[in-house]
Amino acid sequence: MESQERVYTPYRGPFDPCPPVPFKTYVVPPNQFISFQPPDLPQFSLPEALRLGTLWPALFSPYESKQGGR
Amino acid sequence: MWIYEKKLQYPVRVSKCDVRMARYLMEQYGGADGELAAALRYMNQRYAIPDKVIGVLTDISTEEFSHLEMIATMIYKLTKDASVQELEAAGLGPNYAQRDHALFYQNSAGVPFTATYIQAKGDPLADLYEDIAAEEKARATYQWLIDMTDDVDLQDGLKFLREREIVHALRFKESVQILIDERGKKKVF
Repeated sequence: MESQERVYTPYRGPFDPCPPVPFKTYVVPPNQFISFQPPDLPQFSLPEALRLGTLWPALFSPYESKQGGR
Repeated sequence: MWIYEKKLQYPVRVSKCDVRMARYLMEQYGGADGELAAALRYMNQRYAIPDKVIGVLTDISTEEFSHLEMIATMIYKLTKDASVQELEAAGLGPNYAQRDHALFYQNSAGVPFTATYIQAKGDPLADLYEDIAAEEKARATYQWLIDMTDDVDLQDGLKFLREREIVHALRFKESVQILIDERGKKKVF
């Protein structure tokens, strides 16, 4: 699956008070590339669909915490 | 009419005693882009929209109420055993002063819910585009909430809710397509 994350470099000023962040990211979820879901798309198994929040692999968007997890 | 099923749409597990997150979760409880705003927005807009898409609004509104219930469960689990000191440390002192451990429809900054968070323009496209934007804003809010906790179980529930917003946004986009194409042709690209 193609990455859903986009990266850009924010402006850096010569007199910025704080250490600059190297880059920023945002997510472009798969719903941006579909305007009407075609019939007969592949489906997740039902337990998997419940866990992921969608029946459709074509609509699945992973997201991981910037803080990680414990 | 509604039938209530006495279970959550998705199991809510919270494994870390982190009262701070209860406060931030209120953004999705009584905030501008929260589940209450979403549910009420769609439930109201459906009375002035073409018949073909009323069902979408009803279905999604209903599901948003079940999300509201999940968020409430998360907040409840995080606050029910918290001491006054712990609530104060999490910024929930004012909430305790007003209502002990009770939940309330307010955002993460304690601003109470207001109907001005939602719109009803009576124009099908204007209303549906508002709904699409609302879903994307809720998705973003879930991302920031996921970023704020390292509790994998809480993250799990929030990831489920985030994915639902993505699906809902697409269903509203499809509703727009249905209204645009009155001949009922469905274009796929």
